Amino acid sequence: MPPLARRNLFHDKVRLTVTLTGIVFAVVLIVVELGLFVGFTTTTSGLVDHSGADLWVASKNVPYIEQGVAFSERRLNQVRTIPGVAEAEKYIAHWTQWKRPDGSEESVQIVGFDVDSPLGRPWNLVQGRVEDLNTPDAIILDELYKEKLGVTRVGEVFEIRGHRARVVGFTRGIRSFTTSPYVFTSFKNAQDFVGLREDQTYFLLVKLTPGADVEKVRRAIGDQVKDIEVLTSHEFSRMTQVYWMFTTGAGVAVLLAALLGLIVGFVVVAQTIYATTMDHLREFGTLKAMGAANSYVYKVIIQQAAMSAVIGYVLGMAVSSFVVRASQHGGAAILMPWQMAVGMFFLTLTMCIGAALVSINKVTRLDPAIVFKG
Amino acid sequence: MQPAIAVRALEKTYTEGTAGVPALRGVDLDVHPGELVMLMGPSGSGKTTLLSIMGCILSPTSGSVQIAGNEVGNLNEKQLPAIRLEHIGFVFQGFNLFPTLTAGENVELMLDLKGLRGEKAKNRSLELLGQVGLAEKYATFPSDLSGGQKQRVAIARALAGDPQIVLADEPTAALDSQTGRTVMEMMAHLAHERDRAVVIVTHDSRVLSFADRIVRIEDGRIAKQRPEPEVPPELLVQSAILPDGIQIA
Repeated sequence: MPPLARRNLFHDKVRLTVTLTGIVFAVVLIVVELGLFVGFTTTTSGLVDHSGADLWVASKNVPYIEQGVAFSERRLNQVRTIPGVAEAEKYIAHWTQWKRPDGSEESVQIVGFDVDSPLGRPWNLVQGRVEDLNTPDAIILDELYKEKLGVTRVGEVFEIRGHRARVVGFTRGIRSFTTSPYVFTSFKNAQDFVGLREDQTYFLLVKLTPGADVEKVRRAIGDQVKDIEVLTSHEFSRMTQVYWMFTTGAGVAVLLAALLGLIVGFVVVAQTIYATTMDHLREFGTLKAMGAANSYVYKVIIQQAAMSAVIGYVLGMAVSSFVVRASQHGGAAILMPWQMAVGMFFLTLTMCIGAALVSINKVTRLDPAIVFKG
Repeated sequence: MQPAIAVRALEKTYTEGTAGVPALRGVDLDVHPGELVMLMGPSGSGKTTLLSIMGCILSPTSGSVQIAGNEVGNLNEKQLPAIRLEHIGFVFQGFNLFPTLTAGENVELMLDLKGLRGEKAKNRSLELLGQVGLAEKYATFPSDLSGGQKQRVAIARALAGDPQIVLADEPTAALDSQTGRTVMEMMAHLAHERDRAVVIVTHDSRVLSFADRIVRIEDGRIAKQRPEPEVPPELLVQSAILPDGIQIA
């Protein structure tokens, strides 16, 4: 087939620019909104996903990680005796107040863990070591929140719920979904920071022995330890995500924005592809008069839409990648996993071809006698 | 000899709102291979409607249309493209070339519809452009061609489908007299040397000398025909009067 679709597409540079702008706009809008959704979702369950634990032991009916209810740490020893449990440690995730140097207070989330254990540690450390938390009053926080908390460097001392807190290190990219930054510290310090009794904990993190049956160990813990609930990390992660993204409505808002991006993008693309088809209506009439079947004309229009989609996708993803990269230094993470990038390609293709179908409808009804109208 | 086109009792009525506007009222006409027929008549007389029906672009309201002996008057819009592709080539007043394709590619588009692609299509396209004296314009875009050259490319494109019938709507209207004459010589050559049935709608009295037969249509009927058909259809109006001063060669 002579390159009619390609030539038609590139012939009118202004029209091409408008079409591609529409597609790029739609791609960027959808990627940013979906990326925010993925970023938010990932952020809500970050502590659970990076805990290294296979099972979480919590009080009954805890809906998400920030809503833990204290229970006796004596259960730790009971859990450790159950076959299949390689390691179990106490863990705290709870809100408290941070006092800035100017005297104002900020809400923070204290994350307390056993510093000598691999479970529940902070990740992406860029300054300091986790072992530094063994010293009394030591804390690690994320560099994203330095300004919010009034922190400038390692060694500075602050006050958390009346207790001294000294910064010994920084992480990078550990965001909190709420406005309260995470403050990592030893379990002992955490008890002081959140006002938890010495014999209590909020969670137990459990690591299984290699090859152990997760369900079997979970049932065993549930049977032998009273008044607790045992969740796999995956379950607890999902519960936390669902709570923040859907129960609070935050995720629905972001998803609606992504849907809006899709609709707006579709309308813009449909309008421009429709206008392009209308510009070439007489040519399509000529094609039909020459004996081309409707399917031949559809092929030209769909090829045109597909080419627009591919170019628009490439440009849109280039812009999106820039936005995603820039967001790494901001308060809201926009994530673009490869599955989303691949999915976006097919979504863009579907959107453009779907838009082309609108104009195909017009061509189907086109009277080839148009060729005789001066 | 079997006519390439045979229409009988042809009626076409357009609907405007709730009213019907008759465009053709009982037309009978045969066009034979090797014959160049010109349709003349005032604007709105029905000549372009007749051309469109003979070209299988419009369906008649009633009556019979036979193309190469096959009844096509009752075919639907899904079946008609195949008839057009197989039997009919069009030449338009406004050339209707694809502006984004070169002269050669315009011809190749028709060849593509006929299933000829690649190097064979290119060679055939060059050959057809050569027949209209434009082989060297293969890679030239329509915007860089003169009106006469565009119409010659359009003729080459019409011929690419190797049609038995060539239908032309005012092919010389946008051309100067010399270029129009060249185009008409080509059309006459198609009819007389290559045995095609050629039907031309025209207002251009300068080209009437090329016609084998002139059919004058008025108010949707054949008003006059000159010369009269050798074997006239039963209902053919046979009085033949040409416009003043026009001589048939």
